[in-house]
Formats: sequence, structure tokens, C-alpha cells
Amino acid sequence: MSRRTLPDSVRTTHGSKAPWLALAGGILFLVSGMLSWSYDDRILGDLSIRFYPAGIQLYAMLFGVIGVILAVLLLRRPAWLSPARGLRILGTTGIVFVVWVIASIAYQSGGLINANEGGWVALVGAVLLTAGGHLSPEVDIDVRRWPRLSSTLEIVIIVVLMAILLFTVAYTLDIEDGVIFAAFLIALIGLAGGLLGTGFGDYLGFIGANNRRPLLLAAFLVAFLFPFTQDGSDANMSIATQVLIFAATALGLNIVVGLAGLLDLGYIAFLGTGAYVAAMLSSSGFATVGWKPPFVVVMLIGAATAATFGLIIGSPTLRVSGDYLAIVTLGFGEIFRLAMFNLDGNNGPDLTNGPNGIPAIPDLELLGFDFGEVHTVAGIPLGRFSNYYFILLLLLMFVMLVFTRLNNSRIGRGWVAIREDERAAEAMGVNVFGLKLLAFSVGAFLAGLAGTIKAHQDTSVSPDQYVFLESAFLLAAVVLGGMGTVVGVLVGATILKLLPEKLREVNDYRLLVFGLLLVVMMRFRPEGLVPSKRRQLEFHGEDEELSELLQAEHLQTEHLKPEQLEPEPLQGAK
Amino acid sequence: MTVTDTPTTDREAGRVTVLQASNVTMRFGGLTAVDDVSMTVHEGEIVGLIGPNGAGKTTFFNCLTGMYIPTEGRVELGGELLPPKPLKVVRAGMARTFQNIRLFANMTALENVMVGRYCRTSAMALTSILRGPKFRREEEATRERAQELLDYVGLGRSGELLARNMPYGDQRRLEIARALATDPQILLLDEPTAGMNPRETEETMQLIFKIRDSGLAVVVIEHDMRFIFALCDRVLCLVRGSLLIEGSPGEVQSDHRVIEAYIGGDDEEETA
Repeated sequence: MSRRTLPDSVRTTHGSKAPWLALAGGILFLVSGMLSWSYDDRILGDLSIRFYPAGIQLYAMLFGVIGVILAVLLLRRPAWLSPARGLRILGTTGIVFVVWVIASIAYQSGGLINANEGGWVALVGAVLLTAGGHLSPEVDIDVRRWPRLSSTLEIVIIVVLMAILLFTVAYTLDIEDGVIFAAFLIALIGLAGGLLGTGFGDYLGFIGANNRRPLLLAAFLVAFLFPFTQDGSDANMSIATQVLIFAATALGLNIVVGLAGLLDLGYIAFLGTGAYVAAMLSSSGFATVGWKPPFVVVMLIGAATAATFGLIIGSPTLRVSGDYLAIVTLGFGEIFRLAMFNLDGNNGPDLTNGPNGIPAIPDLELLGFDFGEVHTVAGIPLGRFSNYYFILLLLLMFVMLVFTRLNNSRIGRGWVAIREDERAAEAMGVNVFGLKLLAFSVGAFLAGLAGTIKAHQDTSVSPDQYVFLESAFLLAAVVLGGMGTVVGVLVGATILKLLPEKLREVNDYRLLVFGLLLVVMMRFRPEGLVPSKRRQLEFHGEDEELSELLQAEHLQTEHLKPEQLEPEPLQGAK
Repeated sequence: MTVTDTPTTDREAGRVTVLQASNVTMRFGGLTAVDDVSMTVHEGEIVGLIGPNGAGKTTFFNCLTGMYIPTEGRVELGGELLPPKPLKVVRAGMARTFQNIRLFANMTALENVMVGRYCRTSAMALTSILRGPKFRREEEATRERAQELLDYVGLGRSGELLARNMPYGDQRRLEIARALATDPQILLLDEPTAGMNPRETEETMQLIFKIRDSGLAVVVIEHDMRFIFALCDRVLCLVRGSLLIEGSPGEVQSDHRVIEAYIGGDDEEETA
């Protein structure tokens, strides 16, 4: 949203009060942590006792700490930081946080009367923080002018941040209570946003961009170390494997949707193809094919079958565009499900056992490594789900590799060109049909690959796992996270898979909630949570801030432009 | 370039024919947009295509570049019949720009030109994923060539700018660079100076001369008469889909029918 939320006149007359408002807000937040939030002591980890802060009260106090820090910064008016932006984020999320907690207290204890003074004090604090942020003058910051650290120090920062990330994730997942979990997530967004919004976030992005390889390595190291924080517990690992498989599939879909710009509403069918192939070729007693090749071969067959299906439905349908393609793929998804439902021997060959599916698929065994067993590494037991977590992590890395490398190549440029202007792309010699078909079949290949692992991890396949809703969820992850980006899809997939698992109360309404979420997203941030630069421009072409920035860059180069055309021979034109 | 035929009947015998369009007719239902138009373009020649609005110039261009398949007639490029698909036409060596600029707005100038190299490069999915030395070489060569072409049209320092943020005149020149990136034998420019100020028009003229001197054939659609008569070796005037006159700029300029077609004369078709 626009940064000009207030008229400048209001800012000039009341701007001097802003730091004091923010300071008061921060202090109120701190105080609220020491007060009672709830009359009922059985809910949300007991928020009823004064001067003895429990989880949620501690989070509120953290809001206070950051609020006070930002207010003090605001008083000192640094030219290189923008505490106002941080305060706005902190305050706004603070309001959401407090409202969520108060609403939960009222809901769980049967009335708003049970919400005690702490929450209301915190609410006032949050409003004051927000007001302080909005009243403060905007500081234009350019992190590129910040001092450069030595590259070793930058890498150390990355590693430390990644370690913090690892422990935060482990801590977050250990929160059992859904309401507290959501409250912590909101607090996390507010606190991190408040600190990073001041300009540190941009600076970290700048550091990250300068150290891509260490960043990537550290991120994977963190992901790899995650099972070791779980102490043999399978509860979180089970969710984590689901997130990973969902993320890997969604990222494959992002090649089709985000890079090539083709709307595929039946993508789950390709995942299903891989899963069914793996199930049929597995050593399950219900498997319908007698041949039992090693799993690596199964993976290739599954992926190749999915890619073939992709080619088969792609070659006639990719000539139609836009909405029509969506309808055709939607139909294909349903055809797949019905075919799996009916290939039970009564109608056609018995391949899938019909609605019963193929159960009792044994665990994977690769190179003598049994995925069903508990392995103990460095004294930490790693259970079945941890084993699958590792192989899925490898899969995700592979999909990411395919995604980024295709994106940054001749093919990726062709895809962007097709998205931008299909006719112009064709007139410039881009093989539009071929590239669309390629995107379609690469996406199908990756989904098929994921499916073969999924079959073993789920231990069964059945038609009802591959309904349209799953395709819609995959698409939602892509749209929510950001079309055409890797990180965005990872974020989107995590949100869509993790939240329903943790928020059991919301689970019944999850379709409603996700629907609302998507509508809100489309209104306020159509480019997704972590958008690619290009997508952002596509959606906000008229955005002043963005074009101002580019204008400045442009003017710099304009000065340097030669006045006259320099005649040069056109070399190698033939 | 291979010399496949040198028509001796032509006035400019001895020069290599690049493009030969014979009796091209394009009908949309009952409307005949292009009616029996023939055109021959030689190597190193600039041919102008003029005519009032709605005369069928752009439609004729679209017939040449495979965007439309002509109802009748044939188009030959370097003696070979042109395949009726834009993609294959580009590969065969004909590139074009658009009347309404059709750049890839959210790509940088350099990327736009690199897209033009698409049909002259070959890295496919597996090569792109494996990133062997061949891929890197090709990518590097693509980038270098694109930068070279940006320099060539005078946009050497604008490579990192998004196409959408470039000034109008630069966008027109970028479109030419993108078209040149496909290594064409013949370049079709659809109103390359529309909306330009006199200085930019002059620069564009110099650029087209430069392209011509490097051995390419150029066909230009333009409304700016001063520009077209100063630029072209030969001018064709289309009126209501059919060829009114073909000749040297001087001949066309002095032909009363051309003037009539433009300023109206007895015609009910008022054009501005």
C-alpha cells in the first residue's frame, strides 16, 4: 500500500509527538505483560496471573521492547534508518495480535467479559505504536550507502541468522496450542517486521544478494539439521515431510504457472500418476504389476509416465490459451481421478484396484538404507519421517535447481517473452508452442518424481487423494507465495500445509479461511508474499515508488548517453 | 547468402533478390485488404511502403511475415517459398518491428535483444539444467552479441533499463536491435519514426542507412513523406489494398495520384 497514508500537513503539525506516542505505546505493551489478560485460567497457558507473564504475555512484552527501541531511535532521528516504517509494521501487527488473543479468550471462555485489563492495555499500546509510525516523517534510506562489512563478517551474520531461524522454527513447531501458535506467528511477523522494516531488512537482503552461495548453503544446512532438533519425535517430522512434498510439487507447478504463464488446474493428476506408477511397481501385496524394479528405475518410470501424459494432453490443448487451457486441465484432472477409480478389472484392466487403491506399500529401501527404521545419528534417533524428510529435501533441492536454471537461461527468457507478449515473441522467433509444451512436461515430470516418493511415504494410494481441491491448493500456494519465485512458493506451501495442522480449531473452516485469505491477497498484494521483481512490476506498473526508483536509475544513465550515434559496422550480421 | 536466382527481367538486374512477393492477395471475408500486390526487394536496398491509413500496408507486412497466410499469391525469401509461420519466417531470415511498439515491457533492454537471439541459439532444457561449458559459451555469446547490437543502435548504456521505462525513441530503436538479433537478411520496419521528434527521426534514418550498408535489405512503412523520400531507393504506394505506383522517390513524389490519395481529391476517404 502507498506510504502516503496521511496528509503531509498532519505530519508536520503532529510529527513531533510521534516518538512520545510510540514510547507510550511500547511502555503500555511492557506493562500489559505484567497484567492479567484472562479471567479464565484454563485457557491459552494461563494468562490470568498478574506479575507472572506466560507465553502470550511474554510475546506482548517483546512487542513493548521493540516498540521502545524504535521510539528511542525515532527521537534521535537517524538519517540512515527509518524507524517509522518499522513502527508501522510493529503497530499494525500488534493490533492484529492483541485482537486475535482477546477474541480467542472471549471465544474459548464464553464471553468478552473474561478478557481482563492486560489485553485492553496492550490494544491501546498497539494503536499508539501505529499512530506514532504514521505520524513520523519518512526517511528515504539507501542501504547500498551503508558501510560494507568484510565478507567473512557477512557470512557470519548469515550463519547466525540461519541458526536463529532453525531454533525459532523448532520452537514454533513445539507449540501445541493452536491459538498460541498463531499468536506467536503473528508476533514473529510483527517483531521481525518491526526490526527489519527500519532498513535492516533491506540491508540483510543486500548482504544475502552478495553472498548467494553461502546463503543457499546455510539455508540447506538448516533444513538438513532440522530433524536433529526434534529428538526422535515424529509429530513435527510428519508435518515437515508433508510440507516438503507439497512444496516440491507446488514448485513444479510454479514452472508451469509462474514461469510459462499457463494456468494448470489439474496438476495433481501428475503427482497421482507418479504415485500410482510407484504403487503398481512396488512390492505391496496389492500391487497390480508383477515387475519389481529398483526404486531409482521406478522414479524414472513414474516421472516419464507423468511427462508423457503432460505431452499428450499438452499438445492439443496448448494451442488454446488462457481460460480454455484452465478448463481443459481441470477436465484432465478429473479424468485421471475417474480413470483410477474405475480401472478395477470390471471396466478395463485391473491396474488400480478402483476406489480401494493400493494399500500396504512398503517403505523405501535405497542402497541398504531402510526408510522404515529408526537410525541413531550422534545420539539423536531419527525416525521414519526423518528418513523421508531427507530424501524429500534432496528432491526439493533438485526441483529448485531445475526451476532456477531453466529460469535463468534461453528457455526462461523465452517464457518471460511469451508471458509478456505472445505474438511479439513468436514474431521474434521464439518457439511459443514448443516452450509451452516444454514447461508443461517438465512440470509433469517433476510432479511425477515427487509422486513416486509420496506413494511410499503415504504407504497407500487411492483416487480420493487426487481430487481437484488438491490442485487448487497447489495453485493457492503458488499464488499466495509469489508466482515465479522459489522462496515465495516455499513460504506459501508452508503456510498452507502447516496452519491447518496446527490450527485444529480452524481446520473445519480451512477452505473458508483460505478463500478469504486469497481474496484479501488479490486485493492488497496480488504479486504474492515474496514476489519476483518482474511480477511486481507486472502488477504495479503504475506504482509511483517503483517507477520513481527506476526513473532515478534511468536519469543517471541518460546523462552518460552519447549525443550522437556512433557509426560502427554491424559485425557478424550473417 | 546464396544466390539462387537473379531475375534478369528486373530493372535492377544483377543485384541479388532477397524478397519476392508475387500477387499477394489477402481477404477477410468480403473485405479485400491487400489486392494483388507484388514487391521485389534486393540486397542492400531500402524500399518504402506508403499509403493512406487503411491502405493495407501493415496487413501486407503481416502476409510477408507469416502472421497471416495470404489468400492468394506467394512470398519467396532468397528464392525459397516462405513457410507460413512467424517462427519459421524469422529463422529463414526476415525480421520485423511493430507499428505499435511490442517490446517485452518488463524485461531489460539487454534481455529483449537476447530474446531475439532465441532462434539462433540452441540450448534446450537438459543443457540448461546441466550447465555444461557449451551452455555457458552460448549464453556468453548471446549476451555479448546482444550488447553489441545495443551499442550498434546507440543504446549501449541502457542495457539494464526496463524496456517500459525507456524513452519512446529508444524503445523504437530497441525494437530494431531486437529484430537485428535474429540475424535477418531483410528487415521490415513498421512506422519506425512514429511519434519521434525531428532529431530522433534523423538518427533513425542514419541507423537505417547503416543497416542497409551492412548488406541487409530494408522495407519501411512510413507516413512521414520527407523521411521516406530521403531514405528510400524505391517507393511503393498502396491505396485501398492495391498497388498504385512503384518507382523512385522522385517519380512517386510527383505523381498526382499519390497526392490525391493522401489529401483526398475526389475520394470520400478522408485521411489525416
